[in-house]
Amino acid sequence: MSKTREILLGPIFTNNPIALQILGVCSALAVTSSLNVTIVMCIALTVVTAFSNFFIALIRNQVPSSIRIIVQMIIIASLVIVVDQVLKAYAYEVSKQLSVFVGLIITNCIVMGRAEAFAMQNPPIPSFFDGIGNGLGYSIVLLFVATVRELTGSGSLFGFEILPLVTNGGWYYSNGLMLLPPSAFFVIGGFIWLLRNAKIDQVEPAEYKIASHTK
Amino acid sequence: MIEDYLSLFVKAVFVENMALAFFLGMCTFLAISKKVKTAIGLGIAVIAVLTITVPVNNLIYTYLLADGALAWAGLPEVNLSFLGLISYIGVIAAIVQIMEMLLDKYMPALYNALGVFLPLITVNCAIMGAALFMVERDYNFGESVVYGMGAGVGWALAIATLAGIREKLKYSDVPAGLRGLGITFVTVGLMSLGFMSFSGIQL
Repeated sequence: MSKTREILLGPIFTNNPIALQILGVCSALAVTSSLNVTIVMCIALTVVTAFSNFFIALIRNQVPSSIRIIVQMIIIASLVIVVDQVLKAYAYEVSKQLSVFVGLIITNCIVMGRAEAFAMQNPPIPSFFDGIGNGLGYSIVLLFVATVRELTGSGSLFGFEILPLVTNGGWYYSNGLMLLPPSAFFVIGGFIWLLRNAKIDQVEPAEYKIASHTK
Repeated sequence: MIEDYLSLFVKAVFVENMALAFFLGMCTFLAISKKVKTAIGLGIAVIAVLTITVPVNNLIYTYLLADGALAWAGLPEVNLSFLGLISYIGVIAAIVQIMEMLLDKYMPALYNALGVFLPLITVNCAIMGAALFMVERDYNFGESVVYGMGAGVGWALAIATLAGIREKLKYSDVPAGLRGLGITFVTVGLMSLGFMSFSGIQL
């Protein structure tokens, strides 16, 4: 039981896919300007990662290693098509806002990376939990970024006004920069900084040391 | 005619830069930008793959997948556009594989220079993203050639610049928690701000 727990919760902080493994950064940046869209994206990614891990683990002993990449691709692509069609049917507005990024879950390195690194060596059930865990690790970063960006950028969360804007007679001047793409980089950079201050062992070693002052 | 293509090209390289405006291909962008030399090699590979895959995917979309595209085969009611994602990724994987074999046979020097990057390109979101943007914006065949090439050049430009900055950056004294990945994110953010200044350009 504790092993399942470790697989499920490990990727959230200790082995975060975005902050430590540099996986799946593309969509993390592009879809985080409002919380609604971000949550849909997180759910979509978690579902795809969990199920692709599960199915790949099921057939891991039958697939020759020379064609495993293409087999993984096909499984992932089919799952993403299902997610894409479901979104188009039940959440058309959000699916329009996400535009190409739902399709890009296929090339999201988290899905592929976990399939290759975990699902090929482990039985289906742990793989399924590993997928959910990594999905959650990804979601934590995305939700953090989206909260900061939406709150400071448009003074609202989920579209509800939290900080009353000057244009509506309030006091908060919205910071338009936070809605623009570059701010996502700064926020993620800051998140990594915070995380690594808490978990010192994740700090990367310096390539060059600054020499101390000579007398 | 020529002006249209030219403006599309400039737009794809600068205004709608794949890496810095849409954040596509970020994983490779951040992971393989420590040295200028490897970054340029990867950039060239991406240009080549994009210039080929976007037009090919355009043909597949127009003649096989789009609504009513199968009219030439006597099936005007069939709409296969839901198969888009899986066919684009299949096409990309196949073309990367073919390119690898051709390069190995006819241009071994370039093949050795690109090394492991070629197969990695299959999972680069920039390639897939360009194909999806091409479909979303309804480019015709000529436009898709120009767009593919422009997107590739833009991406290569961005990764080469970032590698240049990072080569200098490793000598600087960065706070421990920001070292490595963190400071790279901030750098890319600043570069992206710089590229945003192109966005006012009307072509």
